[in-house]
Amino acid sequence: MAAGGKYWVTLTEPLIRKNPVTLQILGLCSALAVTTAVDTALTMSVSLTVVLVLSAGIVSAIRRMIPDTIRLIVQIMIVASLVIVIDQVLQAYFYDISRRLSVFVSLITTNCLVLGRTESFARNNRPLPSMIDALGNGLGYSLILIVIGAVRELFGTGKLMGAQVLQTVDHGGWFTPFSLMLLAPSAFFLLGGLVWAIRSIRPDQAEAQEFVPPHAEEVRR
Amino acid sequence: MADLSPISLWKRFLAQPIDSRGKTIAAALIVSATCALLVTSATVILRPIQQANRAAEQQVRLEALISAIPGMREVMGRAGGGALSTVVVDLEAARAAPDVTPETLPAALDAPENWTPLSPEQDMAMIGSRPNLMQVFFLRDGEDISLAILPIYGSGYNGPIEAMIALQGDMNTIAGLTVTAQEETPGLGARIEEPAWQASFAGKRIADDAGAVRFTVARGRASGAFEVDGITGATRTSNAMTRIVRFWVGPDGYGPLLAAIRKGEF
Repeated sequence: MAAGGKYWVTLTEPLIRKNPVTLQILGLCSALAVTTAVDTALTMSVSLTVVLVLSAGIVSAIRRMIPDTIRLIVQIMIVASLVIVIDQVLQAYFYDISRRLSVFVSLITTNCLVLGRTESFARNNRPLPSMIDALGNGLGYSLILIVIGAVRELFGTGKLMGAQVLQTVDHGGWFTPFSLMLLAPSAFFLLGGLVWAIRSIRPDQAEAQEFVPPHAEEVRR
Repeated sequence: MADLSPISLWKRFLAQPIDSRGKTIAAALIVSATCALLVTSATVILRPIQQANRAAEQQVRLEALISAIPGMREVMGRAGGGALSTVVVDLEAARAAPDVTPETLPAALDAPENWTPLSPEQDMAMIGSRPNLMQVFFLRDGEDISLAILPIYGSGYNGPIEAMIALQGDMNTIAGLTVTAQEETPGLGARIEEPAWQASFAGKRIADDAGAVRFTVARGRASGAFEVDGITGATRTSNAMTRIVRFWVGPDGYGPLLAAIRKGEF
């Protein structure tokens, strides 16, 4: 069971402790763009996790056959092909959501999270641990996206998953939608707050100060 | 003496380190070919489903547009249900295109002579060149056209915007508008898809009595009979909607056709 325990750690570590979004600050672009509602955040999370797991599996399976000089191109090509396939599948079977996600599915290709995992982990490990690591990271990313998506949808429109939770003023209720929540900056604020909260609970995540500002008196002189 | 038999060449190739030039190129070729195959087959296999989705979407939008127009149900009922006729029109001649049916339209549009290049001054909708043939929908009340549904499109902020605009019998009052495709910013420009905003088009007028096109998506609240509310935080998308509507009802769009209908020549 020792191996099972190791896989469990690989799977659960990226959820909070080594979360790719809040600790490594990767994959922000999509975290900002698609989190205006929970259902788009969910679709994006699932798409990214599928791409991440498959690309990690493929890269890991052929890791001994990828020449070092062109490894980035090969990895990107595999990721990009998978993304196109996923995008086509979404367009065919989840037409409504794919229209709302528009270009952001294709932008999974450039999500540093995917390349980061294939380059740092999948390239040096066997397929099974690579895919588990990818799944863990995908779930960590999904967790953040869904939390931010839920907050933004709830306070921006008073809805959750499209169902009215808080009665808005327009419909005779008391809640005034906070339209800042629908704009990209609010995702920055929320993400910043989340990073701050996690690092306050787990101070070991806080980065060391890169330089100490000079003493105030010296500057004034 | 060099051994040139293919088998020993192949063996020597396999014995090379993975980073050798030959193997690098071979690996690149194999990966590209496999990826190309994967992407192509996914696209080809899924295309019919995607096309069916788009066609169904178009149909749903068209029906929603018609049912959202006040009084439309009665007109449809009086004319006996399926009175909506699909016509391919020639925009330059301002009449129905002879010998082009909706089925043969895609083939006709493959021919470059059926497109008119637009100069930058004309090209308000930023589409580069305009097809001379468009498929439009007319609803007739007796002999007169009581409603015209015209597809319009142009460049938005992030990508193309496609819409359908419905004009009442005077060819000046907007009966409704529906956006059929857009890639605007979610939560901002993408709000052009909201039914509440699209409903605000109904009853607005396009041109004043002198014939000058006055229709505008306002910045902020609409004032007057020619304006609809702008979308907060989406000035570029709002402006794009203004440009697209103005282009298509203007002289380079459906203008001549609308004039012909008004005069009863159609």
